[in-house]
Amino acid sequence: MPPILEDYFPILIFLGIAIVMAMLFVFAAMLVARQAPDPEKLSAYECGFEAFDDSRAQFDVRFYLVAILFIIFDLEIAFLFPWVVSLGDIGVFGFWSMMIFLGILTVGFVYEWKKGALEWE
Amino acid sequence: MVEWFYALYGGEGSLLYMAAIISSILLVVLPLLLCVAFAVYFDRKIWAAVQMRRGPNVVGPWGLLQSFADGIKLFLKETIIPAGANKGIFLIAPMLTFILALISWAVIPFEAKMAIADLNVGILYLLAISSLGVYGIIMSGWASNSRYPFLGGLRSAAQMVSYEVSIGFILIVVLINVGSLNMTDIVLAQEGYFWNWHWLPFFPAYVVFFISALAETNRPPFDLPEAEAELVAGYQTEYSSMAFALFFLGEYANILLMSATMAILFLGGWQAPLPGLDFIPGWIWMFLKICFGFFLFAMVKAFVPRYRYDQLMRLGWKIFLPLSLVLVVVYAGIWVYGGLVPVRG
Repeated sequence: MPPILEDYFPILIFLGIAIVMAMLFVFAAMLVARQAPDPEKLSAYECGFEAFDDSRAQFDVRFYLVAILFIIFDLEIAFLFPWVVSLGDIGVFGFWSMMIFLGILTVGFVYEWKKGALEWE
Repeated sequence: MVEWFYALYGGEGSLLYMAAIISSILLVVLPLLLCVAFAVYFDRKIWAAVQMRRGPNVVGPWGLLQSFADGIKLFLKETIIPAGANKGIFLIAPMLTFILALISWAVIPFEAKMAIADLNVGILYLLAISSLGVYGIIMSGWASNSRYPFLGGLRSAAQMVSYEVSIGFILIVVLINVGSLNMTDIVLAQEGYFWNWHWLPFFPAYVVFFISALAETNRPPFDLPEAEAELVAGYQTEYSSMAFALFFLGEYANILLMSATMAILFLGGWQAPLPGLDFIPGWIWMFLKICFGFFLFAMVKAFVPRYRYDQLMRLGWKIFLPLSLVLVVVYAGIWVYGGLVPVRG
């Protein structure tokens, strides 16, 4: 096995053990406890009402907006990780390069703030 | 840790190596689950003490066995899968939450090099796994096919995603002084006693990280996905029996993980706080620091009233995001111009 994979091999085993444990918990409980399903018990919880319609209805578009903004900023952080690890080697030049990059992103951030993308009223 | 066990078994061969891996995993997982059980108990006890109540005090001495009684009760309950639910996804969601909460512990060092996998990109692995945590919640919200879980799942996903951005920036701030993504290196960068640790120079980052960690783990005052008054139990509403218990275990394992991360990033990991206390083994200090982090979580739960959702999103996007961005710029500037950045080959 190449050494880079050797580091990750225990995590693979760990993942396997975690999956087995999770499945064991859920399915053992299903076997041990008496299962007595009935239509009322299996209906969706809605404070005693019958559900009027399917619950997967429209929802606020702002949740999409948050997801899109998250992708932009998370990508930015992904760029920052290699920068911060090598900051000692790239010095002042590397610092100002990243500041310009962050500056451009800040302009975008100010724009979306002014456009009201961050408002939840 | 694996190497330590391998040397302990004193032999050669891949079978023995497998045994070493499995022993080190069990050495982390079993105490972790035990700690989670007691964390739930102490959480309730602290909460009760703040409100001048006695809290759980019936099962076992001082109610110490309460969590185990709750666990057995949940285990013996019927697993209800709603008729309208997507059955596969409905069952996978709590398992996923639990699995992710466990495997993120793989990179946490309890002493120098004592992690299941001492990855050179440890903190990145932690960030990646905690990002996946959103899936368990959004899957349960979607698969339940019921109003409250659906709304709770949406809210929770948006909330976790928002605060993850500021957590990411704070990690960058701390890493400026480390120059490596390895968890052991992060602790070794703050070698010394408590005045050498990162909490002192990076105090604003510590505060922002702690509050973001509260939001990331859906803890009060940011427990909006399960705000009882409006959403019943949020994404957990339709769950029962062990499926519910897995969400619960996962949630508390994540809180302990956040406490451990804070201990490593800001509180010097396994190092003793004062000279003369070095004879106490490192893992005990690590354990005490995790307890300290958990105590903060529990106290905040007892003290602080719940936020409203628009306030929560305002805090995340309009205050913490710009603030953590400014922290990155300011600290990077000081460290670069002050010649404090560590240089590696």
